Amino acid sequence: MLDKAKDAVIDREFKLVGSRPVRPDGVDKVTGRARFGADISAPGMLVGKVLRSPHAHARIHSIDIHAALQVPGVKAVVTRDDFAENAKHKDVLCNVMARDKALYEGHAVAAVAATSAAAARKALKLIKIDYDILPHVTDVDEAMRDDAPLLHDDMITSGVDPAPEKPSNVARRFEFGHGDVDDGFAKADVVIEREFKTEAAHQAYIEPHACLASLTEDGHGELFCCTQGHYAVRDICASLCGLEVSKLRVTASEIGGGFGGKTTVFLEPLALVLSRKTGRPVKMVMSRDEVFRASGPTASTSSSIKIGATRDGRITAGQGEFRYQGGAFTGSPVQFGAMCAFACYALDNVKTVGYDVVTNRPKQAAYRAPGAPMAAFAVESVIEELAVKLGIDPIEFRLKNAAQEGDKSSYGPTFPRIGLIETLEAAKAHEHYSAPLGPNQGRGVASGYWFNFGGATSVSLNIHPDGTVALVVGTPDIGGSRASMTLMAAEELGIPYDKVNCIVADTASLGLNETSHGSRVTFASGLATIEAARNAKTEMCARAAMIWEISEEAVTWEDGHAKPAGANAGDFEPMSLADIAKIAEKTGGPISGHFEKNPAGAGASFATHIVDVEVDPETGRVEVKRFTAVQDAGKAIHPSYVEGQFQGGAVQGVGWALNEEYVYGPDGKMQNAGFLDYRVPVCSDLPMIDTVIVEVPNPGHPYGVRGVGETGIVPPMAAVANALSAAAGVRMTELPMSPPKVLRAIDDTRPSIAAE
Amino acid sequence: MSQIHVSTTINGDPAEFLCEPDETLLDVLRDRLGLTGSKEGCGSGDCGACSVTVDDRLVCSCLMLGAEADGRDIGTIEGLAEGEHLHPLQRKFLDHAALQCGVCTPGFLVAAKALLDHNPDPSETEVRYWLAGNLCRCTGYDKIVRAVLDTAAEMKGA
Repeated sequence: MLDKAKDAVIDREFKLVGSRPVRPDGVDKVTGRARFGADISAPGMLVGKVLRSPHAHARIHSIDIHAALQVPGVKAVVTRDDFAENAKHKDVLCNVMARDKALYEGHAVAAVAATSAAAARKALKLIKIDYDILPHVTDVDEAMRDDAPLLHDDMITSGVDPAPEKPSNVARRFEFGHGDVDDGFAKADVVIEREFKTEAAHQAYIEPHACLASLTEDGHGELFCCTQGHYAVRDICASLCGLEVSKLRVTASEIGGGFGGKTTVFLEPLALVLSRKTGRPVKMVMSRDEVFRASGPTASTSSSIKIGATRDGRITAGQGEFRYQGGAFTGSPVQFGAMCAFACYALDNVKTVGYDVVTNRPKQAAYRAPGAPMAAFAVESVIEELAVKLGIDPIEFRLKNAAQEGDKSSYGPTFPRIGLIETLEAAKAHEHYSAPLGPNQGRGVASGYWFNFGGATSVSLNIHPDGTVALVVGTPDIGGSRASMTLMAAEELGIPYDKVNCIVADTASLGLNETSHGSRVTFASGLATIEAARNAKTEMCARAAMIWEISEEAVTWEDGHAKPAGANAGDFEPMSLADIAKIAEKTGGPISGHFEKNPAGAGASFATHIVDVEVDPETGRVEVKRFTAVQDAGKAIHPSYVEGQFQGGAVQGVGWALNEEYVYGPDGKMQNAGFLDYRVPVCSDLPMIDTVIVEVPNPGHPYGVRGVGETGIVPPMAAVANALSAAAGVRMTELPMSPPKVLRAIDDTRPSIAAE
Repeated sequence: MSQIHVSTTINGDPAEFLCEPDETLLDVLRDRLGLTGSKEGCGSGDCGACSVTVDDRLVCSCLMLGAEADGRDIGTIEGLAEGEHLHPLQRKFLDHAALQCGVCTPGFLVAAKALLDHNPDPSETEVRYWLAGNLCRCTGYDKIVRAVLDTAAEMKGA
């Protein structure tokens, strides 16, 4: 029989896993055939557009849609009156369509469906809204002050005992840690304290949000949209629109980037309600301006870090206070920030406190390792500064304090097998770490951590009569996951890669799947794929046993064939998957395998990055000259796409470090809502991004997989700051480290002209 | 406002359409002609996802009016492969895993083809500056640059 004990033996030889075949959706994507969110149309389709608040904070007295409805071609207008109160998704509803107040510039206040985009745009201009403009706040520290404008009159900080009597903009307080930090600092020879700030960065996926909705009067709905989680879209939309979950079928289009930003709804409920009201399909697509003003971004933050160490390089205590604003609603990722901040280190005394703050900014959405990069920027900057002060090599200093299996993590649980030390050792041994540097150049290092996640997962695997296999998963493919799933199915079944065809099913065709987030897909859908393949193998062995008239236990599966388990089982010619599939109709009917569970044991992934920068002392411009990303993948199923995750995360981190920020004017309006002014890294900004895949198998996955998608964005900002410090002798504590800020810092270190 | 009648050539084939005077070439391609391979990432010429060639010149189709296509020769991603034979750039993008989500890929391929048409033997720096008008948020550009350089090497050897 199938030997499940093999799970424990992860150093097995793989035939396909670890190879680099062309992805199954590849040809569609290089020929322009792949259908993304905005690429689908329907007969009789209307165009939907959204009217958004021009004010950062305003009470909405009245909305007059009369004139808009008179525009030829306009079929419907929806406002807050078209959505019933919803206790379960109160904030999501309020974000999708403003209720009594517009809480940020860009907040949706009405939506129109018309026969043309021109008619819809004309109608938007004719909607009259009577606003009472209110004072606003967009900075996290200002929002926490007693005299700050209040966003929600009923927001009483949770997690504080006794509960505050007055409302504030602080939604929640978190605390993590163990030991006694005061005691720890008393034992330290050196203590460094620093304050940090980071600006909001947008996920900046190239594909704006888009959907096509069709909803009939009797509550049957179809929705095609670009999302990381079509099941979550279904459940939220069904709730907001008053539909039965089983009657709303959501199909995930190909998705043009998400990075966490496509894990919720924005347009989808509006399109569904407009469709119901007009009796016609409605397509809605955001402009880039809307993407910036009304979706994403991540939180902006401020934090205070204090770390102490002994002369021989042992950290005695780490303490951090993290203040994250997550836009107009509760839910900033400060909890994750506070949990991840010191996760790389085995500390006797550690304490982190987090404050989740609301401001008049768009509701933050998850962004790759949500909350962790900002905390790592702060902590890893101080770690580097300590190492320099103590005269210890920064990697050695990290190695002396690195967390490993059996250590109590800074946020509570005890670590199982993890690979931080392996990434540090690999970074130290890498040729990059000892390569010579040129003038005005410096080298920085930082490490990072992300939990990773399992979650509800369903997979179906069908064996076809021609010996091919349909693999049906429910996790939208955001970076090549169909290739990894196909590899795992083919590996497990012992058949060629091209005999397996993997698709992402719609919500009506497969059981529940949690969203493609938390670096969970290759881990959870991968585990589910392997288990589904094992189910199918068990059934195929049973069919062979039936044909051979021996017991099922006497049949084993090897190299794509059912075989007698040993000499005693009998002498039968092995039957291939195709042999068994061909006659399945006669041996009991169709053969398939399934998996429906919540896999635990996702297995955390650690990374260590090395970066060289060159600083222009005349302009403050920082150029990344060399980058090496070292990360633990557990087991790289398709190494090219694992490298791609490392590289993409690294470059997003470089953008966040050097360029990207939400710029607000005193009016609370975003001043750079376009790719010209919100500058993500372009090709000419960068060198090649070297990668080292470390493989410390995750005991929670049959092949040892750890998710790799998110950790890669955690170290870069601190690594760049540390390199900049080495290059120019300035310690930057605010992101982005844009040329004006760097130049100012450099100028501050120069003797003033008057003094000369 | 009456619509404008336009006669043009798209991917070598004659094409005619009516469009509004203020309608972009990108909207015409996507909404009137069903050529949805060109993507709108920004609508302001900053991301390059809508890259096409106009008389062999690389253009953001979101910055050009549909009416301006009259009498021109337009090349889109849909015209890159010849029948069932992928263009070498398309093959190399697949071999190098030079795409993750794939939404920027059509624009990169059209832009990279225009580069190799102009300069069959580009340096890494030349590739990076030529493609600086195309945004990719997934890959960090590493594998894209490698795929383009590898294509140039292969085509040169052929």
